[in-house]
Amino acid sequence: MSSIIIDTSASRGVTGLLKFLLESGKIDAALTMRNDPENNTYDFGLITDASNLDEAVPLIPVMTVNAGQVLSSISISRKKIAAVLKPCELRAFVELVKREKGSLENLLTISYTCGGVFPLDTVITGQIKELLPKYRKTILNGEIPVNTRDTCRACEHFIPMNADITVSVIGECEPGVGCVMHLNTERAVEFTEGFGGERSDRKFDPSTLKKTLDARLAEKEKLFASVTKDGPGLDRLLDTFGKCVGCHGCSSVCPICYCLLCDFESANFDYNLPYFEEHLSRKGALRLPPDTIFFHLGRLTHMSFSCVGCGMCSDVCPVDIPVAAMFKKTGEKTAALFDYLPGRDVEESIPVMVYKEEEFPDIG
Amino acid sequence: MKKEFTPRITSFLCKWCSYTGADLAGTARLQYPTSIIPIQVMCSSRVDPVFLIKAFLSGSDGVLIGGCHPGDCHYETGNYHARRRFAIVKGVFDSLGLESQRLKLSWISASEGPKFARVANEYTEEIMALGENPTRKSIFL
Repeated sequence: MSSIIIDTSASRGVTGLLKFLLESGKIDAALTMRNDPENNTYDFGLITDASNLDEAVPLIPVMTVNAGQVLSSISISRKKIAAVLKPCELRAFVELVKREKGSLENLLTISYTCGGVFPLDTVITGQIKELLPKYRKTILNGEIPVNTRDTCRACEHFIPMNADITVSVIGECEPGVGCVMHLNTERAVEFTEGFGGERSDRKFDPSTLKKTLDARLAEKEKLFASVTKDGPGLDRLLDTFGKCVGCHGCSSVCPICYCLLCDFESANFDYNLPYFEEHLSRKGALRLPPDTIFFHLGRLTHMSFSCVGCGMCSDVCPVDIPVAAMFKKTGEKTAALFDYLPGRDVEESIPVMVYKEEEFPDIG
Repeated sequence: MKKEFTPRITSFLCKWCSYTGADLAGTARLQYPTSIIPIQVMCSSRVDPVFLIKAFLSGSDGVLIGGCHPGDCHYETGNYHARRRFAIVKGVFDSLGLESQRLKLSWISASEGPKFARVANEYTEEIMALGENPTRKSIFL
């Protein structure tokens, strides 16, 4: 497949493409990150009028919400939408499509080699303004920028899977080359027809990002070691999740936790007097709110194999539980049982939906 | 005198196979320990992973799932799904360093009364060797 090289920054190149797509009527709407310079806030915008693209910052390293979750509710419409997604957001969306919570049919997915995102804290405090210039320099060198989310620093899937268009942002995109867009699918070629820029047969070469990959893998090892505690399992569990206040924020921002009625928010967990009496008669004391550790264990078994490691959960946790690191670590184990990688292929079934007649000879 | 530890093993038994197998063990007057606390389910795949976790955190010393042999499920494929879910729960337990030996899945058909008694005996012994589940005493779970 071919690529397009535009003599501008990657961010302006993508905005230009969205503008072209909207103005030429090839798409009905564009989904991109926006920056409101007055309030210095970032958010996702679904834009139909190209003049509103002036505030677009499609490649900003901020994730206010996982776009996979946002897209899930709008992609089912028949309108054509171009969406700029981070690689993990695209993977999360693919996981949702598998669960019939979205459709790739009318979607043009634009993704990019991702340098990781800053925690929402940095946006709230305005610290991000100082961090951004340094961030760009660092990712061009293939290094890991400081202050980004811990799971981003430890993420080895920074190259988009299944994107129609891949924009080079880290490593390969050297200053001076400009914005390089790789067209991976027929759809991408069709949509970009008539769009300016220089056509080239330059291919995306993942091996150029080896330095980033090695750095990320080293970080991953460190991250997993940091959440691995010594001592008996139960103590470790209390150590990690004991601080939980039961707000369920981690599950509400999780793109994979899609259930309209979560079991943990259903009537099964309406605590009443008989529950308290029964529990107290056995143990003589009860932690309130109850079942916070149960909640995390339940979520781990329900969806950890589909965890894309976006880090939203840790970011919103009010008591700083390393939820994302725990899920990423456990998720890799549970996914490995089925040789599964979340978001790799939309045709690949979710492990719990399929089975093999001969497997797990040790069980049963 | 020290009171002997009697484990409590919450057992989810499929109505069509394992529960009937347990019945057969009873009518055949086979001895098996009282540690087994049976709960009848329509299929081993009815057992949501959270059932296992709830039983574990509530102080069950062991949790047993009994289902039809692979290929014999009354609903054709239920036990294959149960096996996958069980593998996931075990994976999570291992990853967190929890005692996954306290979870067991066993295929026991309706005609296998002796097997039911054997599994009940063996598993009880295994759990007795492990000792009481620390979650029984832990208040703040």
